[in-house]
Amino acid sequence: MEGMQGMSSFSNGFSSSSNLLEVRNLKKYFPLKGLFFTKGYVKAVDNVTFEIRKGETFGLVGESGCGKTTVGRTILRLIEPTDGQIIYDGRDITKFKKKDMDWFRRKAQIMFQDPYSSLNPRQTVFQIVMEPVNHHGIDVHDPEAFVIDLLEKVGLNEGHLYRYPHEFSGGQRQRIALARILSLKPEFVVLDEPTSALDVSVQANILNTLKDIQGELDLTYLFISHDLAIVKYMSHRLGVMYLGKLVEVGNSDGIFEEPLHPYTKALFSAIPIPDPEIEKRKEKLVVKGEPPSPINPPSGCRFHPRCPFAREICSQKEPELKKVGSDHEVACWLY
Amino acid sequence: MIGTEKILEVKDLTVHFYTYAGVVKAIEKVSFDVYKGETFALVGETGCGKSVTARALTQLIESPGRIVEGEVYYHRDGETIDLLKLGEEEIREYRGKEIAYIFQDPQSSLDPLYSIGYQVSEALFVHKMVKSIKEGVKRAVDILRTVLMPDPEKRVSNYPHELSGGMKQRVTIGIGIANNPRILIADEPTTALDVTVQAQILNLIKEMKERYGATVLLITHDMGVVADMADRVAVMYAGKIVELADVFTIFKKPIHPYTRGLLKAVPNPLVKIERLEAIPGTVPSLINPPSGCRFNPRCNQATEICRSKVPELEEVEDGHFVACHG
Ligand SMILES: Nc1ncnc2c1ncn2[C@@H]1O[C@H](COP(=O)(O)OP(=O)(O)OP(=O)(O)O)[C@@H](O)[C@H]1O
Ligand SMILES: Nc1ncnc2c1ncn2[C@@H]1O[C@H](COP(=O)(O)OP(=O)(O)OP(=O)(O)O)[C@@H](O)[C@H]1O
Ligand SMILES: [Mg+2]
Ligand SMILES: [Mg+2]
Repeated sequence: MEGMQGMSSFSNGFSSSSNLLEVRNLKKYFPLKGLFFTKGYVKAVDNVTFEIRKGETFGLVGESGCGKTTVGRTILRLIEPTDGQIIYDGRDITKFKKKDMDWFRRKAQIMFQDPYSSLNPRQTVFQIVMEPVNHHGIDVHDPEAFVIDLLEKVGLNEGHLYRYPHEFSGGQRQRIALARILSLKPEFVVLDEPTSALDVSVQANILNTLKDIQGELDLTYLFISHDLAIVKYMSHRLGVMYLGKLVEVGNSDGIFEEPLHPYTKALFSAIPIPDPEIEKRKEKLVVKGEPPSPINPPSGCRFHPRCPFAREICSQKEPELKKVGSDHEVACWLY
Repeated sequence: MIGTEKILEVKDLTVHFYTYAGVVKAIEKVSFDVYKGETFALVGETGCGKSVTARALTQLIESPGRIVEGEVYYHRDGETIDLLKLGEEEIREYRGKEIAYIFQDPQSSLDPLYSIGYQVSEALFVHKMVKSIKEGVKRAVDILRTVLMPDPEKRVSNYPHELSGGMKQRVTIGIGIANNPRILIADEPTTALDVTVQAQILNLIKEMKERYGATVLLITHDMGVVADMADRVAVMYAGKIVELADVFTIFKKPIHPYTRGLLKAVPNPLVKIERLEAIPGTVPSLINPPSGCRFNPRCNQATEICRSKVPELEEVEDGHFVACHG
């Protein structure tokens, strides 16, 4: 693998034609407000770079508070980035003014985790699904037929048209949210833990629907989850985050086959495998401690205080993402 | 490895909640035995009655809920006690001492107004394991060390808000094991935690179990956690146990259509799965549960009898119980 490092700059340029989204050195710092002064910053996302190719699902995993949601919202400019570029279809959206943003807001959508708070309880399903279309002033010839068509795509039907959110289960509400997102014919959808509030038997249904419509409607997904098994099921490519940093990124099967970053290894080893023959015999790499605060992150590599392989350099110098395979990058001094 | 000596015998445990909307039949005739020294897992999806079952064992059911039927025999040193027949004062002697709980949300099981040292000490003091709170705080340092709390001498004087989620769960485990319980009931002890921290806490529970020879009743909705921890497993659906067997049998030779469906719906991170199989429909209301087998509206093998007659939990092979007409 060593010999391939020199090629990294080439292949970056090479693959860019098929990239729908390129995130370059993205930063999002939240100010910690004191009485008079800003007391410091929560470095929620700190210098994150990755790309998402047209038609793929890019999975973003990591533990609570590592910055996944912040990445998802920042690249849609639902929150403004502190620094960095977000290149969508060749254009830097951080420079967009209102008119271009309107266009982008139709192309790029987000689906949230909570199926209870994301729908207006006083609107019918019909109103909920039509709302974005009306908001953007788009003319729809036959609104009822239009909504029925969307409902059928997500596994609901005509009979649900004039019912209210409280009449639906969590899984059905996520389907309504999805129909609403699809009403604008987006190209890119951020799915932020879309099933983590749901039971496994219902989750499987929603994940399958998401896969089906991806092919049918030519969608590109950023799939955010803390559940590695689900990310494996959904993703073509994958990024692993730790404390605001991307520590490993690349082809999903490749990373699952051979995780390289000690954090990725620890994360993979910690997931209990639903098979007692394997799980009870598995050698576990249990890391010590818990993720520290993103307010004063550790120096050097942010994982070094918990890393069983940490060396002197790890606490001194921050490792950059380094190419170690045709589609595999890792930020670790071991490589 | 595991004895054949029963420590708990649960028979026909039934709990109803009397709400404005109607009577919620949360659990119906739940029966199972727990053997001394084993880890027995109760698994199932949201609302299937896992927590209600666990809490009912020591009468921890509050209004509008009521235990309407059942016996819970607790065997200790040759004597047998029906925990549901004990008065409020008597059951308290057992609860927290011989039978201890760890709950999902460490936030709500710790009191924000007291230091964690005080809270561990209090657990010891109420069961007369120490003569004073002060003596208990000294013991608390040792207990916190046992649950691998970093810096226990300093941490005893911390308040809950000064600790991370994982550390708080260590404290509740510390309180749970403080009195060296015979039965530890852990209700989703890691659900609120990240996986790397979950791995630490599950390890800790295993170590505590080994060290004190306790029996563990583990409640979880995570089939991975079941595979890791359990010796035997009861699968619950809509307030009933539908299948019960040792963990290898449950995963390898599940019989009940719900167990089979559940296992196929769970993604395995080691396996490249092209398509997960989902169970159609949703969990029924427990106010008007379906007649007959409660799973019948979602079951692709349901026949007439499934709609009319409640299937009993029957032993189909040695130690493997299934409630299904199929
Ligand atoms: N509006 C905000 N103001 C201040 N800090 C914030 C804000 N939003 C997020 N943060 C902080 O930024 C960090 C990253 O948060 P984020 O929600 O992106 O994490 P996440 O990976 O999505 O976590 P989870 O898995 O819990 O959803 C956290 O430390 C969080 O507390
Ligand atoms: N105080 C209450 N009032 C009314 N119904 C209740 C009450 N507590 C529990 N229930 C009902 O009893 C049933 C069983 O609940 P229980 O909490 O045991 O489920 P569970 O299996 O532990 O679910 P979860 O995985 O979500 O913790 C549910 O249908 C629930 O709505
Ligand atoms: Mg999030
Ligand atoms: Mg529960």
